[in-house]
Amino acid sequence: MSFLRYFLLALIVLGSTFGDVYLAKGMKQIGAISLSRWSDLIFAPFNPYVAFGIVLLMTFYLSYLASLSWADLSYIMPATTFGYVLTALLAHFMLGEHIPLTRWIGILMITAGVGFVTGGPSLTVTPTPEGPSPHLEVHS
Amino acid sequence: MRHLGIVATWLFIFLLVGLNSTGDMLTARAMRRVGDFGELRRKFGILGVARAVLTEPWFYLGLVAMALSFFALLAALSLIDLSVVIPASASLTFLSNLLGAKFFLKEHITLRRWMSGLLVLGGIMLLRA
Repeated sequence: MSFLRYFLLALIVLGSTFGDVYLAKGMKQIGAISLSRWSDLIFAPFNPYVAFGIVLLMTFYLSYLASLSWADLSYIMPATTFGYVLTALLAHFMLGEHIPLTRWIGILMITAGVGFVTGGPSLTVTPTPEGPSPHLEVHS
Repeated sequence: MRHLGIVATWLFIFLLVGLNSTGDMLTARAMRRVGDFGELRRKFGILGVARAVLTEPWFYLGLVAMALSFFALLAALSLIDLSVVIPASASLTFLSNLLGAKFFLKEHITLRRWMSGLLVLGGIMLLRA
């Protein structure tokens, strides 16, 4: 797999991880959305944290589209779950948060799962009613 | 739970998971029909890639489902704790996507991918427990 493809997977991980964090931070500032204040949801993207979260999520989305053009969804999913590991490790090494043994086991399981799937083929071509694009091939 | 009862919280999470998975399935199908961006770019340039994506009807269906799931996520984040929403929706979406990849996208889920999926799913649950 080329450097560009690993780079796209990394952008998916970073964009979705940090995008969610900034969205949550912005929505905490806005406060609870109730039925009587539904319009707050429409104006939420104007909050700076929500806006930055959206920019990061757009980066994630474009990288995600590009990755899905050469790989299966069932290949991309485990590979992109690495964001959870990243968040836990950042919390431990940068914020000094304690990670209990169960979480270390969780980190090891995700890392093993990601290593396992990325070592296999990224695309399994199966004919669909529309037929696959002529240039789809099995990549490894 | 901050503002919702347990039943409403889980109904909201299932709605979020349904929209997330629908968006992923439709987008994955769209990109499979479009084909490898790298190859398209070499043949037709970056505008050719944009044209191929923007003329693909499944892409728009996926985009609508993802937009709905985005607003559902915003509403969920304002009503339910982040520590509940993200792990619950992430692990359930992972599971429904794996099943959707097999039955809707007809991907060949090899033993390696099932093993990997189970490891990652177990990992998410332990990490967020």
